[in-house]
Amino acid sequence: MENKPASNPAKPRELTQNPLKKIWMPYKNGLPEKHTSQRKVCMTNCPTLIVTVGLPARGKTYISKKLTRYLNWIGVPTREFNVGQYRRDYMKIYKSFEFFRPDNEEGLKIRQHCASAALNDVRQYLSDEGGQVAVFDATNTTRERRLTIFQFAKQNGFKVFFVESVCEDPHVIQENIVQVKLGSPDYTNCNTEEAVSDFMKRIQCYENSYQTLDEVLDRDLSYIKIMDVGRRYLVNRVLDHIQSRIVYYLMNIHITPRSIYLCRHGESELNIKGRIGGDSGLSARGKEFAKLLSQFIAAQGISDLKVWTSQMKRTIQTAEALDVPYEQWKVLNEIDAGVCEEMMYEEIQESHPLEFALRDQDKYRYRYPKGESYEDLVQRLEPAIMELERQENVLVICHQAVMRCLLAYFLDKTADELPYLKCPLHTVLKLTPVAYGCKVESICLSAEAVNTHRERPENVKVSRRSKEALLTVPAHQ
Amino acid sequence: MQKELTQTPLLKIWVPWMGSNLNRRRGSSVPQFTNAPTMIVMVGLPARGKTYISKKLARYLNWIGVPTKVFNVGQYRREAVQTYKNFEFFRVDNEEGMAIRKACAAAALKDLAAYFTQEQGQVAVFDATNTTEERRALILCFAKERGYKVFFVESMCNDPDIIAENIQQVKLGSPDYADRDTEEAMQDFIQRIGCYEATYVPIDDKTDRRLSYIKIFNVGSRYLVNRVQGHIQSRIVYYLMNIHVTPRSIYLTRHGESELNLLGRIGGDSGLSPRGQRYAQALAGFIEGQNISDLKVWTSHMKRTIQTAEALGAQYEQWKALNEIDAGVCEELTYEEIQEKFPEEFALRDQDKFRYRYPKGESYEDMVHRLEPVIMELERQENVLVVCHQAVMRCLLAYFLDKSSGDLPYLRCPLHTVLKLTPQAYGCKVEPFFLNIEAVNTHRDRPANVDVSREPADALQTVPDHI
Repeated sequence: MENKPASNPAKPRELTQNPLKKIWMPYKNGLPEKHTSQRKVCMTNCPTLIVTVGLPARGKTYISKKLTRYLNWIGVPTREFNVGQYRRDYMKIYKSFEFFRPDNEEGLKIRQHCASAALNDVRQYLSDEGGQVAVFDATNTTRERRLTIFQFAKQNGFKVFFVESVCEDPHVIQENIVQVKLGSPDYTNCNTEEAVSDFMKRIQCYENSYQTLDEVLDRDLSYIKIMDVGRRYLVNRVLDHIQSRIVYYLMNIHITPRSIYLCRHGESELNIKGRIGGDSGLSARGKEFAKLLSQFIAAQGISDLKVWTSQMKRTIQTAEALDVPYEQWKVLNEIDAGVCEEMMYEEIQESHPLEFALRDQDKYRYRYPKGESYEDLVQRLEPAIMELERQENVLVICHQAVMRCLLAYFLDKTADELPYLKCPLHTVLKLTPVAYGCKVESICLSAEAVNTHRERPENVKVSRRSKEALLTVPAHQ
Repeated sequence: MQKELTQTPLLKIWVPWMGSNLNRRRGSSVPQFTNAPTMIVMVGLPARGKTYISKKLARYLNWIGVPTKVFNVGQYRREAVQTYKNFEFFRVDNEEGMAIRKACAAAALKDLAAYFTQEQGQVAVFDATNTTEERRALILCFAKERGYKVFFVESMCNDPDIIAENIQQVKLGSPDYADRDTEEAMQDFIQRIGCYEATYVPIDDKTDRRLSYIKIFNVGSRYLVNRVQGHIQSRIVYYLMNIHVTPRSIYLTRHGESELNLLGRIGGDSGLSPRGQRYAQALAGFIEGQNISDLKVWTSHMKRTIQTAEALGAQYEQWKALNEIDAGVCEELTYEEIQEKFPEEFALRDQDKFRYRYPKGESYEDMVHRLEPVIMELERQENVLVVCHQAVMRCLLAYFLDKSSGDLPYLRCPLHTVLKLTPQAYGCKVEPFFLNIEAVNTHRDRPANVDVSREPADALQTVPDHI
């Protein structure tokens, strides 16, 4: 689309600042006009269809789910469409690998039908429901099948990006089967040996007709070929920003077992007073927590633990008690409450009742005047998430809003849930990747700390009374 | 027993009172993710863009705060041999030539080692053809002995048009061909390439599978990446995969003069002054006159840049990352007021303007990190107009013009001036366009006296005029 400035530039439009997000927008007749765009991550005009390629047990679904989770977290509406799921919904009962035999005509018909149903839903999601990325998760192992999908995408104006996973390491495949296949609905009534044996035969059904993405034949396609669980990548024709981000993400994730520990700083002086933000030091109880944290970490016996803090005094004081090297990271600083820094909720209600109400109306998008929103925070934290993906065992000592954002990424929480996730003081969350998700263990190291969690009150109208606004404010000094 | 924390006055970093690990770090307020020094080793026939990539990569790494230096073996050869006769020097059977080239490579490696051990370098780019297994084995050995990580960057290209363009852009202007005419130079260079071709063994996917490398095919249409080790290599790969060589221009400008500019106040979120509005109009006219195809326009989230972009009558994108430096407690103050209220802060800023962080605000160093995604996207894009702010523009300009962190905070970015940057050969051509609309000067030079004990008059000596 050509972007040529007007020949006779009209008088510049008046600007108004949107009260929720504090974004300057042009307005006409008192109403904001839609002419500008806010820099969210992806500026694609056409939606993107990501197509997985690979034999069974190569990590396609793992990659699909993880990628979907990441893209949604950074603000790109994404959904995955797992053809195997469509097949399970259709068939109800799985008998054996025979269903997948290349000479099983009935089986082939059903699988074709399921793929079409999935593509239909893809089309609806991307064209009608405002989705930006769809992940089509299936084996897609033949050039013929991929061509069908490519044509489907072209007809609908979608860009296509293939993600192929190639792996011949029998250990990896075995581990894969154990982790995710044995627990699949397909094998609920089989014992382990039976399940493994059947699954191996299932893989064989695909092997003969498998046509890997070819450097020459497929040179005009956009794709990444992941080999041996990330040891090697072949990247071809990355077309735009979102594909570039996807490639970067896929190249940074790994499956080495590890744990991520998230906690907040110990209770701070301002916490006790019910004041938000600021840069105060630890209270006496906060210092106690730091000691307990140190003991806890030592007891966990973690090999090569990295410790990260923000650049605020309270997280650093907490880390100091561990007596190990730590990295200070400004991006981990608490959300900037702008003009409301160091205020109590009661004071915010008194001096900025409108702001206080707007925040309750949309806590994720609400930006403090001269401050930040949760949405801003997510953008700010993206490099931290990327580095967390690269790392192995890490302890992140941060803040309430920051921890909510990080947790939402690992536990796939929506933007609406994110700002209300419970992250109490003096509690460590141990996250361990397992199968397609994350196991969470919550360890409360000490019960002694103020509660800083304010629930959404019932009445979020601007016209509400102070009492209604302050109903959910936690107790403080 | 917990040590007391104190906040360093310049960086505003909390550190334990008595010496700690933090003090031993390079004094940076951003996390350091590299431990072992890294050697980036270029591989490829002549005219494959190795030097272009080397210089660009070094520029990027230095800008994000990773001390990097390029060691170009061809340069060492030019210094050793003084006068280049012809391609025969590069013939495989030219024993004297081979000996000299080997010595040059060794000299470059020696300097490279010194860069790491004596100059606190973190990344060194070894820019040479390195087209034989033998040469690469030598380098690997050298690195292993010293505990350096090695990452190969191989550029492969068989498109004759690209190679010819390459030779045209950078070889013909090389000191080697200063006294030749174009046709002669071209012929000689092609024969030079011929000398390498016979012995060229590309990195092999099987025998070299333990090495860490990226292979770039045909200027980026395809990449093969193997065994990325560590944060810095991951960043390098991402960067290399985002750059391109399609001709384009980047236009940098500040917002039009603002109300607060007139009053000599920093920061804030004010609107344009009448002269600022006229600049916006003039900018629209200028951009139209440039006749740019498919121009993207970016602004910050601040009113003054948006008002400026509005006058263009075209679509624009708002980036929060392009917001002006946050002056924290000094927001909306004049320099005179800052001197009065925070004389020590004011002095510290003059002592190290790049690293100095405003109380509850940011430093230029913080801004570089904030702007990194903007730079990455600028690399991906083609024609872009960025309407931003003084400190922001200084950071972006420093990236394109390879300015040091010492120079960066003092780069001149006056109001009502557009800088047109066009990549050329190994660098960037800059064309300034002053659109002829008067505006206040907002550039404050470093005063002679930066001592905390200085007189107010000394501190305020270089403050530009305002209302």
